[in-house]
Amino acid sequence: MAFLEIKDLRKAFGPLSVVQNFELAVEGGEFVSFLGPSGCGKTTTLRMVAGFEQPSAGTIRINGRDVTGLRPNQRNVGMVFQSYALFPNMTVAENVGFGLKVARRPAAEIGARVEEMLRLIKLPTLAGRYPYQLSGGQQQRVALARALAIKPQVLLLDEPLSALDAKIRVALREEIRSVQRKLGITTIYVTHDQEEALSMSDRIVVMNEGRVEQIGTPFEIYNYPRTRFVASFVGTLNILRARVTDAGQRRIAIDGQEIVARRGLDGTASGELRAVALRPEAVSLSDPGGERNRLQGTIEDVSFLGSVVRIRVRFKENAISLDTFNNPGLAPPEPGREVTVTFAYDDVLVLEGEAS
Amino acid sequence: MTALSIARSRLGQVSWSWLGVAPFFVFALMFLILPTGFLMVGAFQDAGGNFTLANIAHLFQPSILSAYWISIEVSAVSAIAGAVIGFFLAYAGVLGGLPRWIRPTLMTFSGVASNFAGVPLAFAFLATLGRVGLVTALLVKYFDFNLYSTGFNLLSFSGLALTYLYFQIPLMVLIMTPALDGLKRDWREAASILGASSWQYWRHVALPVLWPSLLGTTLLLFANAFGAVATAYALTGSSLNIVTILLYAQIRGDVLHDENLGYALALGMILITGLSNLAYIWLRTRSEKWLR
Amino acid sequence: MKRSKLGPWLAIVIGAIYFLVPLIGTFEFSLRMRRGEYSFDAYRIVLGDPQFQATFAYSTCLALATILVGALLVVPTAYWIRLRLPGLRPVVEFITLLPLVIPAIVLVFGYLRIYNSSSWLPLTASDRATDLLLTFSYVTLALPYMYRAVDTGLRAIDVRTLTEAAESLGAGWPTILFRVIFPNVRVAVLSGAFLTFAIVIGEFTMASLLDRPAFGPYLQLIGANRAYEPSALAIIAFIVTWACMGLIQVFGRGARMAAETR
Repeated sequence: MAFLEIKDLRKAFGPLSVVQNFELAVEGGEFVSFLGPSGCGKTTTLRMVAGFEQPSAGTIRINGRDVTGLRPNQRNVGMVFQSYALFPNMTVAENVGFGLKVARRPAAEIGARVEEMLRLIKLPTLAGRYPYQLSGGQQQRVALARALAIKPQVLLLDEPLSALDAKIRVALREEIRSVQRKLGITTIYVTHDQEEALSMSDRIVVMNEGRVEQIGTPFEIYNYPRTRFVASFVGTLNILRARVTDAGQRRIAIDGQEIVARRGLDGTASGELRAVALRPEAVSLSDPGGERNRLQGTIEDVSFLGSVVRIRVRFKENAISLDTFNNPGLAPPEPGREVTVTFAYDDVLVLEGEAS
Repeated sequence: MTALSIARSRLGQVSWSWLGVAPFFVFALMFLILPTGFLMVGAFQDAGGNFTLANIAHLFQPSILSAYWISIEVSAVSAIAGAVIGFFLAYAGVLGGLPRWIRPTLMTFSGVASNFAGVPLAFAFLATLGRVGLVTALLVKYFDFNLYSTGFNLLSFSGLALTYLYFQIPLMVLIMTPALDGLKRDWREAASILGASSWQYWRHVALPVLWPSLLGTTLLLFANAFGAVATAYALTGSSLNIVTILLYAQIRGDVLHDENLGYALALGMILITGLSNLAYIWLRTRSEKWLR
Repeated sequence: MKRSKLGPWLAIVIGAIYFLVPLIGTFEFSLRMRRGEYSFDAYRIVLGDPQFQATFAYSTCLALATILVGALLVVPTAYWIRLRLPGLRPVVEFITLLPLVIPAIVLVFGYLRIYNSSSWLPLTASDRATDLLLTFSYVTLALPYMYRAVDTGLRAIDVRTLTEAAESLGAGWPTILFRVIFPNVRVAVLSGAFLTFAIVIGEFTMASLLDRPAFGPYLQLIGANRAYEPSALAIIAFIVTWACMGLIQVFGRGARMAAETR
């Protein structure tokens, strides 16, 4: 049985349903991210695990124990907030030791644990400081130490890096992950930043409008998005409208030009309209030959992004962006030129649901 | 442009800048600093203008001491009771989970009531709790209970304190509401998920965070009541010996028969309200530093 | 996390009783002038009293003068502090808080001593001069509220950019102050003004000690000599206070809506 098990979880505020049929099993020591735009229900789900919100239906089990009806202070869960939420009237040491203090642990034990935690987050010298004397990044590390000090069964992080500068964000991201690995603690991480989710997680739960869109490893989510939403939210995909011309032969047509799609055509009928996705880095202007899809179009726009040149090629209704590496010896192509773009059969991702 | 002319033009700019705030400082000097300073100096002078500590020493005669004492007592009682009740009202309005309309209603009413002081307030309490007031009469009529037989008298210490609460409580509500808003929901949640009970959260987090505002505002209420004249005068006439009424009588008719003793009386008042206000400002800065 | 709402409700109900009962009591009392039946006689008598009209008009004029002088004193100062002399800010803020620290009775005591008829500036020598002194006294009383309101209003607008924009269009200082800054803090000045009005209209101590025929001393006089009229006056005073606070909210909301639709 999984360490953290969420079954058929629902939450509605009045007539408004914010989380629907949420199912998830997290293994012990796993790092799972909830990824989605704001208002997708990821934070509400996390708050139900923490006990701040009561689910309208469903159960939450931690280590075999049903915690659904328990109050937050009975769950033994650690949480890190976006706003740090450090107690302003306490020093760093008092903040970190707070959970043990209210549990009436002996002072010596608290002292030792606080010291251990501060070493873990590499801030052993700041024990006597007050939160307002710390930078945002330091405050969030202290908040992490405070959440871990009570040896929680599960660690919850609610957009912990959103309030920080880009540079600190990357550094802290790695630090959180390394602390998590070191302690082997089961972790749920809520974020709207796909790069964060991809780089940190063992698995990602992509959510939209209260529903789970896809659960998978970062590799699966990025390379094989199942729905149009996942495809567009994770990475910068080209979404094209295609008509299935021959489902058996796995052939589809984009603006009348036929191509082969190896994946995701099971259960479709010829003549159906489907959305397909193509990653910019999968599409090439050169033709290595062999079994590949080829599409003819016109260069519409060329933007120079530094190491990469992004080229936009239009067919008729559809257009795709593709990336080529910048080559100082070669001028970028001119708009208006007729070109052929090529990509592998495997790179065509046929998405679930009708093309809109 | 030579260095000299640059320096001169910069100099010109500086003096112009000062001119912009000159009217304010002249006003402050004429109507705040000088009058207060005059009294403070006068408190240390005899009739001939020589330095003396006699006026201060004369403050320690029983009638003046008791006036100060009653003033301090009335102010302290009304400040502490006003702070406690006002705090619970503000708490109910902000964190009580009551219907939405309660809070703006409470705030508007507090704004009005905190400014409804002075003579009309005394009238209102006389009409309600005076010897022929509505509540007094109703108590006799329906409960056969004579309020005045219990020793209560609106024109006395307890009556004055009760009346002062009418502006003290709303003032507390007005100042504490933003302070309670400053308590972040995340703190409560963080405490709770770390295992703290609701009581432990208040004991270790919320009250320590609010403490400077609570104490500071109580001091502000104290100074507010201490300097009040009109309500007490209209309510009790001169039957209650409090320091503002004594000073009022002194200004009108030199009842102390000693001008400079009057200055010392005023100096004592400034000291008391000044100290409590300074403490208020100090405590306020402290809490602002936390709540940034 | 469901918590019991009994306590909060209890607090609100007790608070409401404490604050409403005196108002109801006063209103009831004010209607009792005619024996055996309720009537508005007390109001009729009060409102018809020439002294009431005279003192109320006098206090209204003083309040308006106070607001005018106060605004002319506070707005340029707060503006200048924001624009040119931010270093002086703590000093100015401290001074504006002083009227809360020094009781009004002490201030007026000081005025009576240094501006008496034999002093270098005999502001109490004639009635007109005393009116002027009383106006300045009220400006002092209103200073903490006026300054705070205006400073909050100035914080909401970008003083520096507005000034530079006006300067670049060739505006002089009076133009900037009266056509750019004043209109932009109008709402703040108005809310300070209504608060000032509420404070000044029934003020007793200063008016009484400076011996001017203001509304506050009139109230006190009626209170000492009549039975039912004081209650009627208290209700009128309460309505005036309520109107001032209500107007502050109305104007504040109007400004917020204007800012949102902008």
